[in-house]
This record gives sequence, structure tokens and C-alpha cells, in this order.
Amino acid sequence: MDLPGWQELRNELYPKGLEIVAVALDSNVDAARGVIEANAPNHPSLIDAQHSLGALFGVVNVPSGIWIDEEGIIVRPPEPAFPAPSPLQNAEIPEGLPDQVREMLTEAKKIRNEPEVYVGALRDWVEHGSESRFALGPKEVIEQSRPRPRDEGLAAAHFELGEHLHRTGGTELAVKHWREAHRLQPDNWTYRRQAWNSVNPTQGPSEEYEGDWLSDVRKIGAENYYPPLKM
Amino acid sequence: MISNNVTIDRREFEQETGWEFRPEGACKGDRCVPLPDPVSDTVDLTTISDHLSMPLILEPDAGLWALGPESGGKALTSALASEMELPDWKGNPFRLSSLRGRKVLLVAWASW
Repeated sequence: MDLPGWQELRNELYPKGLEIVAVALDSNVDAARGVIEANAPNHPSLIDAQHSLGALFGVVNVPSGIWIDEEGIIVRPPEPAFPAPSPLQNAEIPEGLPDQVREMLTEAKKIRNEPEVYVGALRDWVEHGSESRFALGPKEVIEQSRPRPRDEGLAAAHFELGEHLHRTGGTELAVKHWREAHRLQPDNWTYRRQAWNSVNPTQGPSEEYEGDWLSDVRKIGAENYYPPLKM
Repeated sequence: MISNNVTIDRREFEQETGWEFRPEGACKGDRCVPLPDPVSDTVDLTTISDHLSMPLILEPDAGLWALGPESGGKALTSALASEMELPDWKGNPFRLSSLRGRKVLLVAWASW
């Protein structure tokens, strides 16, 4: 969950010309709506049940930030975007938790987040616009966006079809297409976590899907869960 | 894009995918892809899938087609942001282009 934290930045940077648009990649629309309502943001907060930001911009994990200038030109493609240090980072893991949850928290604490670098760069861009060294030119933006081999385009089609079937009651068929999306684009965390979450809220092992959050994070190493910022 | 028919209305295709048919071909942002034949009032998904490298799948048990995004290159083929229209949490449609004139930080997050 990463919605809180942006509000404070929005209050600071809106008067300087920045709007923050939060997009929940959530096929469970009610779950997203509940979090948004509880946080009462005063910036636009949208719900993207189809994870269309994957197809549109190449978003594969959350949180991801994309910078768009006054003319509608992207000046930074999707990259990990943290408004503040993760509260997990320095927290002690409480005693008495179930093993799986304790192990998930242990891994989550190792995950890289670079809020100081990110927010510093964001402030610089808001102040200096295209003169900011963090604002990329159109060629660099395209170059630094994710490669999209045919399999990843297919994965997007399967995910969207799965979401449609999931929503309209074709649960078994939905699982088939979400599994196919996972197979075709294994490093898309939004596709996998959405599916795991739909059958097991802790994203632990399930009968329906290969993998689970803990096993898959351990497979790549928690420190590689997000790429380092190129800033 | 999801469809229960292999041919769809041209305007619906344009709205759903962001591609726009012009005399010079199919255009998106500042880029146009020439097409061998001019597009009529309806679009055949199998044909357009080939021409625009958009993978097409069929789920026969549900009678549904799904057309993926243009593939074979980069996730972004132009720095001009594609139009994005999504409902806000109250259900009202919101268009990214409504914020022209302001810098935008688009943040993807999730409740899960």
C-alpha cells in the first residue's frame, strides 16, 4: 500500500505547478476505493482494474512514477517511486507472528527504496522544468522504457481477458488467462500479485497459481525487487 | 481491448486503443504506420493485429477476443503520453489530457 505519503508532497508542489495523479492497479475495485476513501486525497485518484498502465506505459510493479510535462510529453518513463522511507525499513518485526508473515516482513525489509533521491529529483524538475538534469529528452525516454517483446504484448492481452472474465464470473477461465500472462511475462509483479491476492490475501501459495510472493522474491533476491534509480 | 466480435466499429477501435486512422495510415502520438488498404467503418481485428503488431487472442469458451498493445519494440514508442481515461474512485471518468498546462506525476500503486 503506497497511497499515503503523496498527499504531503502534493500540498507542497501543487502551488509550484505539479499535480499528482494516483492510479490504483486493482481489479478489486472496492478494495482500492476503501483505501482511497480512508486517505481522502485531494488529488485525482483513479482505479485501473485492467492494469492498463502496463500496456500504456510499461508499468510492471508498484509504486511506479511517470513524469509528464505541461505539453503531455513524458520526461521520465516508469521507475520506482517512493514518497517517503518505507515504515518497514527500521521497524522491529514483532514477536508471535505466523512464520509466513514474519518471513515476508524479513524479506520486505531488504527491499530497496530511495525516497530521498526520488523526491529530490522531483522537486528539482518542478522548479527547473526541462532545464532539470532529471528531465529526459524524448529519445532517452523511449530508450529507457521497457523492451516489449511480442510475448509481453500477449501477456497484456491475457491479463486483460482474465480480468474481464474474473469480473463477469468466468473464474476458471480467468485463472487460465492470468496464469498465461504470468508465464509470458514473469517479471510483471502487478499481474502476479493481483492474481495471488484474488485467491489468498497474504499472497501465499495457492492451488490456482504458480509461485507466491515469498518464494518469488527469494528467487530473485529482495534487493533486486526494484531496479536502482538512474538518477 | 476486449471484443465479442472479430470486427469492430472503427470509432470504438480508435477510442479503445488510442490509434487514429488517417489517410497516411494508423497514427498514434507523433507516429504513423502506413496501412496497405484504407480502413472502412469497421476494423477487422485479425488484419489490424498483423499490421500494427498487436497480439490477438481468442477465448472460444467465452466467445471473446483480446487485442494486446503494439509489441516488438519498446513499451513507449513515442514520448507523447497516450491518452489515458480511467474512472476516479467516485466513478467519474478522468482524462490525463485534462491536466495539460501542468506538470503531472502519475503514480501507480495498489491496495494488495
